[in-house]
Amino acid sequence: MTKLIYFAWVRERIGKGEEELELPETVRTVSDLLVHLKTLGDEYEEALKFPEAIRVALDQEHADHGELVAGVKEIGLFPPMTGG
Amino acid sequence: MASALLHIAVQAADFDAAEEAKRLTAGRKDVGALVQFIGYCRDENGTLSALELEHYPGMAEAEISRISQEAIERFGLIGMSAVHRFGKIAPGEQIVLISAAASHRQAAFDGANFVMDFLKTSAPFWKKEHAADGSEGGWVEARDADDAAREKWK
Repeated sequence: MTKLIYFAWVRERIGKGEEELELPETVRTVSDLLVHLKTLGDEYEEALKFPEAIRVALDQEHADHGELVAGVKEIGLFPPMTGG
Repeated sequence: MASALLHIAVQAADFDAAEEAKRLTAGRKDVGALVQFIGYCRDENGTLSALELEHYPGMAEAEISRISQEAIERFGLIGMSAVHRFGKIAPGEQIVLISAAASHRQAAFDGANFVMDFLKTSAPFWKKEHAADGSEGGWVEARDADDAAREKWK
């Protein structure tokens, strides 16, 4: 199982802050993951409509969409950051 | 040379800049310059009643720590303190405090500037606006100018 954790409008559109998911073997990279999540329901489709706008952290470190997700325990999905 | 002092805090509570200045300078005789930056919540000409700051617990601290460590090494800082608040913050309240201590002023100015530029685009915080007319405002959008500010350090 992999822990998915969502923030800001990604969290609001998906309708939950986090969940545990069994990822299929076809999900190798972050991009694959985003494609897979969009098949889980309209709310995911809506949240991830523009995948290029989604930032990703693998085990709490920023990652590109091409990075592999094998062995990762926690994946964070969120919009571009606006702190400071 | 003694290792640099690094202090990171991500908290709901307000902070005191004088206290952070003391943390970096108390009992030391090698600090020649201390630069502090404080970011405040604006009311956007009366239209905003509050900002709500969401953060990624754990990663927020880790990311600010990575950025601060890089600043310490790059500019040879003696100390760096970064405090960032989360939760609901009203106009006029403080949001973020960066304190950079160094032997000379240029390193302190550069260190504080560098940490703010990277924090804006890499630290996992998101601002939601609450409008003064009671309506729920939207999420603040990331600014291209912030990305550009970060690029200048390349």
